[in-house]
Amino acid sequence: MNLKTRLHILKRKYRGSKMAPAFNALHTFLYLPDEITHNGTHIKAADDLKRTMNTVIMAMVPCLIFGMFNAGYQHNLAVGEIQSVAGSFFSSEFWTLDNFFIGFWKIIPLVLISYGVGLGIEFLFAIIKKHEVEEGYLVTGMLVPLIVPVDIPLWMLAVAVAFGVVIGKEVFGGTGMNILNPALTIRAFLFFAYPTWMSGDKVWVEGAVERTNEIAAGANLDAISGETILGSLAQGKEAAFSAWDMFMGFIPGSVGETSTLLIILGGLFLVFAKIGSWRIMLSSALGAVVMGLIFNQIVDAGVITESSKFFGLMSTPFWEHLLIGGFAFGTVFMATDPVTASQTNKGKWIYGFLIGFISILIRVFNPAYPEGVMLAILLMNVFAPTIDHYVVQGNVKKRMKRLKVKTA
Amino acid sequence: MGLLSKKDTKLITDPLADNNPITIQVLGICSALAITAQLKASIVMAVSVMAVLGIGNVVISLMRNIIPSKIRIIVQLVVVAALVIIVDQVLKAYSYELSKTLSVFVGLIITNCIIMGRFEAFALANGPWRSFLDGIGNAAGYGLILIIVGFFRELLGSGTLLGFKVLGDPIEKTGLYAIGYENNGFMLLSPMALIVVGIIIWVQRSRNSALIED
Repeated sequence: MNLKTRLHILKRKYRGSKMAPAFNALHTFLYLPDEITHNGTHIKAADDLKRTMNTVIMAMVPCLIFGMFNAGYQHNLAVGEIQSVAGSFFSSEFWTLDNFFIGFWKIIPLVLISYGVGLGIEFLFAIIKKHEVEEGYLVTGMLVPLIVPVDIPLWMLAVAVAFGVVIGKEVFGGTGMNILNPALTIRAFLFFAYPTWMSGDKVWVEGAVERTNEIAAGANLDAISGETILGSLAQGKEAAFSAWDMFMGFIPGSVGETSTLLIILGGLFLVFAKIGSWRIMLSSALGAVVMGLIFNQIVDAGVITESSKFFGLMSTPFWEHLLIGGFAFGTVFMATDPVTASQTNKGKWIYGFLIGFISILIRVFNPAYPEGVMLAILLMNVFAPTIDHYVVQGNVKKRMKRLKVKTA
Repeated sequence: MGLLSKKDTKLITDPLADNNPITIQVLGICSALAITAQLKASIVMAVSVMAVLGIGNVVISLMRNIIPSKIRIIVQLVVVAALVIIVDQVLKAYSYELSKTLSVFVGLIITNCIIMGRFEAFALANGPWRSFLDGIGNAAGYGLILIIVGFFRELLGSGTLLGFKVLGDPIEKTGLYAIGYENNGFMLLSPMALIVVGIIIWVQRSRNSALIED
């Protein structure tokens, strides 16, 4: 008897009981449901929720694997084991098994905690509310480990995931009903609850926090650190990386968001699979470029001088803003979340443009929150239904006018 | 019959649960969000509101037949303002530090919707004894939620209760902090107070289906 038939039997056995949603969920997660319709004509679409979610996860896997290599690379670079790869993508210093396993053992627990806690809560709610488990957490669970620092304590992640899934999603009625992107809710919770673990120059490099504690305890070691580019720019320092490094992703940052190259590839994959909205991705980039250009113009006009605390980020070339921080990742994987984004095409342009625009605005004017894209997307999530409302109303008005002209 | 008849007892117990001013009527939210970061401040606020609402309800109830209805709001405001100033002065005299923590929010008891709400809805139509009970009951219901929210916010946000370090010392790394626990800074921000109040409402309504509206 194989697993499939066993699950069939279990499912039948528990049908109608309290635990039924849990068994159904396991079953639909692994196999196609065995229910068939008995009457009427039906259209079967291949792109159900499960397949959509899996496609997004596939687009993120390269980022995850790169993140593992990068975590090890940043660690070894910081302790002085290896030399900087200086922008060469196929450098033998970067793609080593040593690098990979340092990252692997650090990041796999993050993935497991994220899925374990998140899916556990989804199962629990499905059983209490007596509905089927939805696949909504599959993508969130993969996004979460990619947008946190590598050294985040696991219990903090667990608390944040529980908060994000319950308050960010389940209270609104579960998958498809949430106003805010759950993954970003989780990150925002971590950011405001435990700011020392979400910013600064230690948490981005594996082992840096531990090393600091050892030194404080009297160990004779050199301190290691790795500040993100946004972090150092916000303090008015020069970024220590070339633009090529930023594009390739050999920079400190959250686990999966450093490599702009792989994010663009993932984004193209989503666009061609017709799952991600190219309108949102494009208009976000456009919004960021416009805001970046405005700031560059202000600097060129001499309004802001080097003495200003905004100078560092304002004088950053507009195109570099697209490469640093989590902007690319947020735009491609989180702004395009079909539940929380605008639904109308015109609305998507406005929604995306404002995300890009506000991201750069927050980056520059609020050095306390070096990464603006998280807050920008959450803010626009709130406004997305309003944008849709006005787009639809505008369309209705236009058509009413046409009607009047005809009848008159 | 004891001190309180059955109907009178209901005046006190109803606002504690099924007709709670914060969780059911959703009044007085502003102060519930603003001053609940510490348990001590929550308790003082609860007591202050209880004093103002209890005495205020009696005063309004005594005057209810002589207040011209056109200017009743102004009369009510004068009564609350007078009582709030007394409370404020007492706090300043006997616990200056605390009055600084509560700062403007003692003064803002005047604008607390619960107080004007009870004056309008109850004291203007009932005798002084029943009005007194109603005031105490509603203030207690308000204070109860304040204290629950303050308890969780101070415990999880600062790791203390009434200033005592119940979870250990975060700097010396004792107690829970020795195994890597850290205070949740989000708890000290007002949005989290709103979420805690929301969770209380959620729990209350899921236990009592009569409270669920469509």
